[in-house]
Amino acid sequence: MPERVTARPSFLRQVARIVAKDLRIEWRSREILATMTFLAVVVVLIFSFAFVVGDARPPAPVTSGILWIALVVSGTVGLGRTFDRERDGEAIRSLLLSPTSRGAIYLGKLIATIALMLVVEVVLTFLAGLLFSNKVAEQLAPVATLLVLGTIGFAAVGCVFSAALLRSRSRDVLLSTLLYPIIVPIVIAGARGTAQLIDPISPDLDGARFWTQFLVAVDVIFVTIGLWAFEPVVTGE
Amino acid sequence: MTTPVAPGALVLTRVGKTYAGRRALVDVSTTFAPGQVSAVLGPNGAGKTTLLAILSTLVPPTTGDVRWGDVTLGRASDARARIGYVGHDPGLYGDLTARENLTLFAELYGIARPAARAEVMLARVGLADVAADAAARTFSRGMLQRLALARALLHEPALLLFDEPSAALDPAGADWLQAELGAERDAGRVVVLVTHDLDAAAAVAEHVVVLRRGRVAHDETRPGGFGAEALRALYAERTRA
Repeated sequence: MPERVTARPSFLRQVARIVAKDLRIEWRSREILATMTFLAVVVVLIFSFAFVVGDARPPAPVTSGILWIALVVSGTVGLGRTFDRERDGEAIRSLLLSPTSRGAIYLGKLIATIALMLVVEVVLTFLAGLLFSNKVAEQLAPVATLLVLGTIGFAAVGCVFSAALLRSRSRDVLLSTLLYPIIVPIVIAGARGTAQLIDPISPDLDGARFWTQFLVAVDVIFVTIGLWAFEPVVTGE
Repeated sequence: MTTPVAPGALVLTRVGKTYAGRRALVDVSTTFAPGQVSAVLGPNGAGKTTLLAILSTLVPPTTGDVRWGDVTLGRASDARARIGYVGHDPGLYGDLTARENLTLFAELYGIARPAARAEVMLARVGLADVAADAAARTFSRGMLQRLALARALLHEPALLLFDEPSAALDPAGADWLQAELGAERDAGRVVVLVTHDLDAAAAVAEHVVVLRRGRVAHDETRPGGFGAEALRALYAERTRA
């Protein structure tokens, strides 16, 4: 070990450094958050013009679908930009050449991406409650749980594909093309569970509980695969 | 009779690398000794960057091995803690300041008192005053390369890898970098320089490896160094189609 190096930071400390680095950069520019929030709000507003007529509100499955479509669209933009920052000036190479664990880099990027998406989802949920259904506010805790779990699964897969496409010129197009088929189970589970929770007549809590458990299982699988797959995809091996 | 290997030398034995059926490196055997600059030369596509990727542990060789003392270089992060790398891209975060970039990497390398170490390195590369708190994206090419070198030297690596470090540098920047290469050589590090700039290689290198189509076309050490003319003639002869 070189003289200067006293002790390698623990795995959790490495993860914390990567998260802090990403959030510090975003705090300074607010570029990703602004873009994601803008896109999410635009999607919700466009659907509101189509589905809200007078006092009539769209049915629960439609409200839920709008919420999850906005989440996926804004999240995809966020993923792309987060990894663009690693590509600019080949910063990712310095990270990979440091003794930092690849798993720590993956988890750090994952947590930072989730944090940004959750901020947008706060705005999104508020807007959906305001425009479409007051049941969103009534069922806030279980709806938030579904959103958090869906976000974890989405970002877990998204970080792997974004890393794989770091050096691809068509990465913006390819990311959506590759990512969306894989996240179909997450979107279905999230949208179905949310719709059951915000049903204006009789919320189906048991049904929503099933989808919540389903998302937990999917998250465990996707994060595990992500930890395993990150190194070969990011180094191109 | 085999030549004794200096302690701390990097010994490559029949190293090969294949990407999707294409052979980027074939049976590369050489030794990079500490206390000298080894220049790896060759035309585009000769396998120079692949060789650096293997030496930096970024990719493993398909065949053969790279021994560094008792360690076989692979993907072990222990070895990465002793390697520094400077490429033609700076490898820095443009939205972080020079100080923040160095502190971040000092922390990731497990350096004691990372902020203080960042200050020392900023002073060493001449960025301690006005530039330390400016975002790296506002830096000129020369300043970025100074900061990249500071990052690569933060942990006092025993092996330093340079990939076209003077590309796009002005003459003053190139001279500064050449002096730094000499200083690192004199500090007893293994220094491997990949470049197309034969004059820069001739100025600092005592060991030259010429790659051609993934194979070693020439491998020679001259303790007094290579003159620019001699190196040009050697390179032309060994890379002729």
